[in-house]
Amino acid sequence: MEYFGIIIGAIFVSNIVLAQFLGICPFLGVSGKVSTSVGMSGAVLFVMTLATLVTWLIYVYVLVPLGITFLQTISFILVIASLVQMVEIVLKKISPPLYQALGIFLPLITTNCAVLGVALLAQSKNLDLLQSIVFAVANAIGFALAMILFAGLREHLNLMQVPKGMRGVPIALVTAGILAMAFMGFAGMVK
Amino acid sequence: MNQWTNFTKGFIKENAVFVLLLGLCPTLAVTSSAINGMGMGLATTFVLVCSNMVVTLVKSFIPDKVRIPAFIVIIASFVTIVELVMQAYVPALFDTLGIFIPLIVVNCLVLGRAEGFASKQSFISSLIDGLGMGLGFTFALTLLGSVREMLGNGSIFDVKFTTGDAILVFILQPGAFIVLGYLIAIINKLRKTA
Repeated sequence: MEYFGIIIGAIFVSNIVLAQFLGICPFLGVSGKVSTSVGMSGAVLFVMTLATLVTWLIYVYVLVPLGITFLQTISFILVIASLVQMVEIVLKKISPPLYQALGIFLPLITTNCAVLGVALLAQSKNLDLLQSIVFAVANAIGFALAMILFAGLREHLNLMQVPKGMRGVPIALVTAGILAMAFMGFAGMVK
Repeated sequence: MNQWTNFTKGFIKENAVFVLLLGLCPTLAVTSSAINGMGMGLATTFVLVCSNMVVTLVKSFIPDKVRIPAFIVIIASFVTIVELVMQAYVPALFDTLGIFIPLIVVNCLVLGRAEGFASKQSFISSLIDGLGMGLGFTFALTLLGSVREMLGNGSIFDVKFTTGDAILVFILQPGAFIVLGYLIAIINKLRKTA
């Protein structure tokens, strides 16, 4: 039941993109087509889960025993940056098709604040290891949901007659606002 | 380029938020009031100026291949300083901004200026660039925060100017997207006519 709460909470109630505003850059940047947004979501799912796992272990077994938790930000971002590099190298070696699919998105993920954000949030909520992993996966699914919905909307927007001044980014942002309003309907579902 | 245009470009012409669309996560997340927007903007400005300065000083010692990780470490150190200072002196603001203070590390604006400007230019230019871009970012956040606070709470910088009900949705999440969308449209129009 407690895992169910974490999952529904992360996907719908406090959706990482539309309610917490993490990962807006890829949300606006690569949401032009449904296919690219699926690729990006896959890469985020992969990296976010791994990063949360590794940063949790580092926090509990390195930072806390040494009493240097104030170095959290520096150590987490370094871990994530090197993790992304490693994932890239390993994927290239063992699974070229997967690398082909996710490859171009991986470097973008280092500066995706959603990954660092989820690692920090899992820490500040005092989740245990399993809960953190569930939390990370659920957030990644929430990211994918928002991303793919938005990409679908933007594909339609391209065919619409939009007033000249609003074309491009402004109308995309207003659309995202309406989508966020729809997600507000889930508020209060999970305590 | 003279230093004055270098300084002023961050406000309208190359404004980080309205034109370059960098650093949108904190922009949208913390601007539920003018004062929050300003606090976030100033924290980012501090990190931007300091990291720009250090990056231009060490750029010749850093091998090209590892420059991005090196820049990130420099930025992260200053973010940690900001985090600790804010926690000590403005705990209320620190709590409202929450996770977005450590997330200044991954603000694309800061890394973008380090990589795109400070790693190529002189010390003085980088310092002024950091200051200009940072204050431009602060200006954008304060503007967005003021508009949202006015519409959503009927106040500006916590000073109430109406007693009636306000449109609450503007200080909730959807309001952030919608107000920013319209502000960008207006700024685009201003840039074209100017």
